[in-house]
This record gives sequence, C-alpha cells and structure tokens, in this order.
Amino acid sequence: MTATLAVQNTGEAAVFWICGALAVLGAMGMLFSRKAVHSALFLAMTMINLAILYVSLSAPFLGMVQVIVYTGAIMMLFLFVLMVVGVDSSDSLIETLKGQRGPAIFFGLGFGVLLVGLLGQGTSDMPAGSLEQANTVRGGNLQGIAELIFTRYVFAFEVTSALLITAALGAMILTHQEHYKPKATQRELSEARFKGPHPSPLPPPGTFARHNAVDTPALLPDGSAAEVSLPRPMALRDTAVNRVDVEEVDEVMEGHDVVVDELDAATDDTSGEER
Amino acid sequence: MTTDHYIALAAILFSLGAFGMLFRRNAIVVFMCVELMLNASNLAFVAFARMHGNLEGQVFAFFTMVVAAAEVVVGLAIIVVIFRTRRSASVDEPSLLRF
Repeated sequence: MTATLAVQNTGEAAVFWICGALAVLGAMGMLFSRKAVHSALFLAMTMINLAILYVSLSAPFLGMVQVIVYTGAIMMLFLFVLMVVGVDSSDSLIETLKGQRGPAIFFGLGFGVLLVGLLGQGTSDMPAGSLEQANTVRGGNLQGIAELIFTRYVFAFEVTSALLITAALGAMILTHQEHYKPKATQRELSEARFKGPHPSPLPPPGTFARHNAVDTPALLPDGSAAEVSLPRPMALRDTAVNRVDVEEVDEVMEGHDVVVDELDAATDDTSGEER
Repeated sequence: MTTDHYIALAAILFSLGAFGMLFRRNAIVVFMCVELMLNASNLAFVAFARMHGNLEGQVFAFFTMVVAAAEVVVGLAIIVVIFRTRRSASVDEPSLLRF
C-alpha cells in the first residue's frame, strides 16, 4: 500500500515539475513574443499543460473540459479574431504613456514575489489530500461533479445559461453592421469599375515572376513589380516579398532576349500613347 | 506533492498574467493575460479541492470556465468593433475618456 502510494507520488512529482515548468515557460513566451499569433500559441501550450496537471490532481473531467473549451474553443476564437483584426497587430515598441514600462516591471515583479511569499507563509505544510473517496462515492469524478451541479449549485447552473445567452446576444449586437446604403447591383458595380483606374481585372500575383505565391508581385514587362497585383493584407505584411530581386529577374529573362526586346518596344509604344 | 507546490505555481502564473496586463499594449494579448490569470485561479481551485477531499472546488473551476468563455466572447467582440472604427488594436488608442 505505501509502496504504491510512493510510486504515485513520484509520478505526480514528475508530472508537476515537467508540466509546471512548461506552463510557466509558455506564459513567459506569451508575454515576450512580439507577434500576437505566437502569444496565442504559447498560451495554448500553457493551457494544455494545465490540463495535464488537472488530470494528475484527480480532476479528469476538468482536464478534458480544459482541452476542449480552452484550447479548442477559446484559443481558436482568439486566433480567428487575430485573423480578422489583421496581420499588422504586432506591438510597436514606442511607449505612448511615458515611463509606464519601468513601473510595470517593478509592480509586476513585486506582486509576484509578495504573492508567492505570502502564500508560502500562510499555507505551508498543507496536506495534499486525496479525492479517492469523493471520486468513487457516486461511481466516478464526472458523476460526483454532476451531482453537485444539479443539486446544490443548480441555481448557479441555471443563471449560467442566462449569462451565456446574454454574451452570445451581446457579441452579435456588437459586431452587427448596419447597411446604410442599398446593396450595389451588378450594373452599378460594373459602371464603377469602368469609371475607376482599372477597367480590366487586376493582374494576379506571381505573373512572370519567379514564384507564383500570393506574396510575390507580378512583374511588368520592364521587370519592375506591379504593386496592384498583391492582395492588400499581403502588401501590408513586412515579410512579403515586396522587393523584386533584379538579378533574379535578369537570370530568368536571360534566355528570352528577343522577347524582352519586343516587349520593351511594345511598352515604349503604349506608354507613349498613354501619356 | 503538497498543495503548496500547486498554489505556488498558480501564484506564479497569476502574477505573470497581471504583469502582462501592465506590460503589453495589444488588446488581444491583454485579453490572453486575463485568460492566464483565470487559468491560474482554476489551478488553485482544483488543488484546494483535492486538499479538502471534496469536489466543490472542481465545480467552482467549472463555473469559472463558463464565465471565462462568456467574457472572451464579449471582449473579443468589443475588440473587433474598436478595430473597425479605429483600425488599431492597441489599448492606448481609445483615449477619449482620458481627462
């Protein structure tokens, strides 16, 4: 009996030290990564490690809920909103509130030290306890939680449904967009297009370029990049291959001297006409 | 493993979240820090539940998760609306209420 308990304890200790360290690492990564998407993925890592800790704390139901609700639903909602809000959402390093960063570091560290120190003083040598009895008296952890939710906390459970409905309605109302103008018909769209600078469709990205990825601008006949061919989010992104490597273009065009000459002549003509 | 270990871990995660709320300015990352703090309190709930040997702490952690889900939905909707009107997700931009 004691031997199995000791084995359980060392197993739990291993899980605690590994998953706890990974959870703290994930939290630090979330704090210090510049891009919000990386922050979200680091937070997902922290949450999965917390789920493993819940399971080792004999709360298997909460561990599963943590994986499904937190990492599955909430973090994916975060990523979805990040995609909506846009790619240029990385933090700039300019302080808009002067001198906010130093006090933030000071108070953050002080808060952490105080919290850990006080908790260590107030709760030292608390027994780990065991949920074995509570988990088995109704036949399992899930049954035990269900009994509590549907008997003693049934009112809180009902109120929770009102909260969820209110939240869903609030989100719908907040993100709802009124149409102030009637929807444009196909005729109006077509007329607007012919009045605009581009009657023809925009060139697709990657035309005549070395790669056909969406972040590679199309090349004009003289080898320069056609900016309009990039989708707007790609043009905003720093990492897009906005700069066209002139040497690469030359390399590609080398075998087609005649074609290039013809194209040059053609562009000279047309550009003269346009201007 | 005593309860102290878990409480210390929860305290560390909570203060990291609080620190992030002061430190970061992207509204979405600030929201993630709130989530981290809620998760830390959940961990403390579950650890205390095992210490006391009953399941009430786990029920409370469950309710915390529900409230966190509702809070995230409304908060992210507000962020989307702010981004639509201001084209920015920085928490320093909406300063109309500043005196």
